[in-house]
Amino acid sequence: MLKYTEKIRETASKLLKDKTVDVFIGYRKGTVPMMNEPVLVNDPEKVDQLYWDNFCGLNLCNYLTKRTGKIGIVANGCNSRNIVTHIIENQIKREQLYIVGIPCEGMIDHRAVSRVVKQEEILEIEQDGLTFTVKGATFEETLEKRKYLQRNCSTCTHHNPVIYDEMLGVEVEEPSGIDPYEDVKKIEQMGSEQKQGFFTNLIARCIRCYACRNACPLCYCPTCFVDESAPQWVGKSTDPTDTMTFHFLRAYHCAGRCTDCGACERVCPMGISMRQFTKKLNKDAQELFSWEAGLTLEKRPPLDVYRPDDYNDFIK
Amino acid sequence: MTDKIFTREEWVKALELLKSKYRVFVPAKDGDFHNFFSLEDGKKPDFDYQNTRKSPKSVIYPQSERMFEYSLDEADPDVNILKESPKDYTAQAVVGIRPCDAQAFQIVKRNFDNPEFKDPWWVQHFESTTLIGLGCNEPCATCFCTEVGGGPFHESGLDALLVDLGDQFLIRTLTDKGEVFLGEIGGGIPADDAAIKSAEELASAAPGKIKAKVPTDKLRGKVINELFDAPFWEDTAFACLNCGTCTYLCPTCWCFDIQDEIQGKAGDRMRNWDSCMFPLFTLHGSGHNPRDNKLQRVRQRFMHKLKYYVDKYDKGIQCSGCGRCVRYCPVNIDIRGVCKVMNDFA
Repeated sequence: MLKYTEKIRETASKLLKDKTVDVFIGYRKGTVPMMNEPVLVNDPEKVDQLYWDNFCGLNLCNYLTKRTGKIGIVANGCNSRNIVTHIIENQIKREQLYIVGIPCEGMIDHRAVSRVVKQEEILEIEQDGLTFTVKGATFEETLEKRKYLQRNCSTCTHHNPVIYDEMLGVEVEEPSGIDPYEDVKKIEQMGSEQKQGFFTNLIARCIRCYACRNACPLCYCPTCFVDESAPQWVGKSTDPTDTMTFHFLRAYHCAGRCTDCGACERVCPMGISMRQFTKKLNKDAQELFSWEAGLTLEKRPPLDVYRPDDYNDFIK
Repeated sequence: MTDKIFTREEWVKALELLKSKYRVFVPAKDGDFHNFFSLEDGKKPDFDYQNTRKSPKSVIYPQSERMFEYSLDEADPDVNILKESPKDYTAQAVVGIRPCDAQAFQIVKRNFDNPEFKDPWWVQHFESTTLIGLGCNEPCATCFCTEVGGGPFHESGLDALLVDLGDQFLIRTLTDKGEVFLGEIGGGIPADDAAIKSAEELASAAPGKIKAKVPTDKLRGKVINELFDAPFWEDTAFACLNCGTCTYLCPTCWCFDIQDEIQGKAGDRMRNWDSCMFPLFTLHGSGHNPRDNKLQRVRQRFMHKLKYYVDKYDKGIQCSGCGRCVRYCPVNIDIRGVCKVMNDFA
């Protein structure tokens, strides 16, 4: 993945110099291990801060909403699918964008890495193709990347960008025979009370910081329902009912739109697996509407069109 | 000042026995990380930790606190009268708090307890709390307490300080509250010279392990409007998601919102932590929002901590250098870098 850093810099420099774009959105290297910072570059002299590695797990599409001007942006598989969703939801125009595609090999899960070194402080990470080395004050371990991928990446079947103006590498082979919904199926098997217990426990640590919502490119409402004060839909205290309301409604707003990019889980300061909510909706969208979000500009998403043969078994 | 020694097992047992005298908060495992829990929650204390994910500020300043209750029932003679909700000021002790987090309470105290204003609930919770610190033998790479007037064994704001000597703790009392606490806990043996010497060696070695440089010396001399209008905010703010991670994990962020919650004819007036990162924080009743965009909100957070607070109190920045926001900001906005940019701005 590191090999793309140089290519991104060259491409951004070229695009900014020849005025194909006004600004270029990518990542710069973080100040702490396993973290990178989204950055906007508008000067070809400053492209050297652009960077790419195995920890670019946010979703840059988040920074496109209602932007004006011509924008260059780095996009891997899931980010490109969110760009498609943004275009069909009128948050940005295709002609404003110059999409620099990266065939993604999956991002490393920073929590899994911390877990394997027993939460000892990680001071440095060296990345090298299929392996990476984690260093701390009293340890050094070399790990196989494929075993420490973010959970969404380990079941991803859309590594390659679905839309781009330029690709920086050769497409990677998409895996087959993966069941991304094993975990959802387990929850579906539970009885109502067990489900209630599972979800209550899942979000018990939530501090209502809304990092999950804000890291998500789908959440672009000018005023989110949790921020409405007249009328007020949901309480703002730490009452578990309000927290559950927030998580359920946030998830439902993503139905048929979520690309399972994993940004929500990646950013949560409390380590909550809120993808358990959105994944169920992705599964429903696939089973009931044969729909995976963000694959095409040609079709409307299932929840914004009516078709006579739409699933309607829930009407009794 | 009393110095005593406890083995780790004795210490944990003694804390259990203290439950009848204090509500005891201790660091304990919480999934992948540590947080403070009351011993009443049945959690096992674990003092082998660098710092808790959430700061212990909620022990004194809960994320949600019921201020008043009222009735909207016209038949009730007390209809529409706010009555203060009962509060629990049982003596409590935070055992194992890091010196930066104790220092943070001193920073926050200037806001909640000063000659002009006294927040009754914060003050009473604070006064009922005993803070037993735990010196940091191994500070994190993201820590910078030494740059902001504190240190890994800094005693200010603590009632007693524990030093981890491996299989034993040395406890040194620093205030009357600390003496009372040690008196209540019982047990332990007076510290011998060798133990005191080991503790002193650890305390003098630790500050040198903090490598971060966070210059703050020129902040007070800056003109507010020049910093406010500085061009660097655009770059600083770009990545920000405007989530509340930094403010909610921060031990020195103190802002709150007041909300009425009504069910049927009974109402509660709550105060909840709020965050300057949220648009709603400054939304006026008219619909106008003076901090309508991300840049304004990010700037507010850093200007408050690194400029307005400095100017108002002349006691340094509103930051204890715990490094939580550095470690957990989802988009890696690093206050150490922002502080440097502000300090160097000309």
